[in-house]
Amino acid sequence: MLGLDADRLRADLNRLLAFLFHQGILDEQYLQLQQLQDESSPNFVSEVVNIYFHESEKLLRNLRSLLMDREFSDYDKMGIHLNQFIGSSSSIGAKRVRNVCVAFRTASDQNNRAGCLRALELLEHEYCILKNKLHELFQMEQQRLLAAGVRYPMLN
Amino acid sequence: MGNMATQTQFHVLAVDDSLIDRKLIERLLKTSSYQVTAVDSGSKALEFLGLNGENEDEERNSSVESVSAADEDHQVGVNLIITDYCMPGMTGYDLLRKIKQSSSFKDIPVVIMSSENIPSRINRCLEDGAEEFFLKPVKLSDVNKLRPHLMKGITTKTEMQSNSNKRKGSEEIQSPDRTRPRYNELEVV
Repeated sequence: MLGLDADRLRADLNRLLAFLFHQGILDEQYLQLQQLQDESSPNFVSEVVNIYFHESEKLLRNLRSLLMDREFSDYDKMGIHLNQFIGSSSSIGAKRVRNVCVAFRTASDQNNRAGCLRALELLEHEYCILKNKLHELFQMEQQRLLAAGVRYPMLN
Repeated sequence: MGNMATQTQFHVLAVDDSLIDRKLIERLLKTSSYQVTAVDSGSKALEFLGLNGENEDEERNSSVESVSAADEDHQVGVNLIITDYCMPGMTGYDLLRKIKQSSSFKDIPVVIMSSENIPSRINRCLEDGAEEFFLKPVKLSDVNKLRPHLMKGITTKTEMQSNSNKRKGSEEIQSPDRTRPRYNELEVV
């Protein structure tokens, strides 16, 4: 019974991953992260993703406070934040978030404040979707491990 | 030499101001059985190598704490430096130049990583001594390309360590092949 649960969970997990790839929310870089996870580094993906969440939320706060400032003019600073966001999103395979950041950067390069505000809204939205989906993935993975663990007891 | 045990793995110094990218490159390198030291800036990289100031000899003689790779008593040794291009303060390119201008470290292979595909930038780095230029995100297939550069440096490294010009041969670095189940080809230069 429990074995069936593990298999079913794995199928659900794969289905969710396929969906995320299909929607462009994640790309193959995420698979690279998974490949780097093994017995010697069993939590690698969640460690990296948690760093990403932490850094991204800080960046989003910075971007919002820059744009909310009525006197705002430091587009260079905004560009620096965005470059960081683009880089980290790219490194974990967060394709849609990355693409919105790139569009955001274009608006910033053009000193287009209204465009930046629109891009920020979209970015916050996309980031929210990504975070929810990744949490869902991790939860399913944990459940799958638990179900599999009962059938295949850990050796140490 | 008492530190033979620490010489059986290649040691890569990774430089990147992004924490996520440091984690990634560290994992990629460790998966390939390399020993890794990861720092977040060019100046920390130079500090690790013992290249703080203009005068290398002066730096080597003054007491440098445990992180120095150039300390004569505990020669950790760096076999390759892989650095991000875009970093605040000292860029990866600046770091490349400093390494290549250093008499002790100019023979250490340097690899540059960048998220931006700018041909003029890539060419400039390669012309100024970088062995490879990787586009981010860096993959396992990129890290596989490091091996020939590391193998090439074996004799050079033992020369540097002995601090003399005597050739000691390549007996100090053993093939890490048996510790890497994934890649069973040993590229010989």
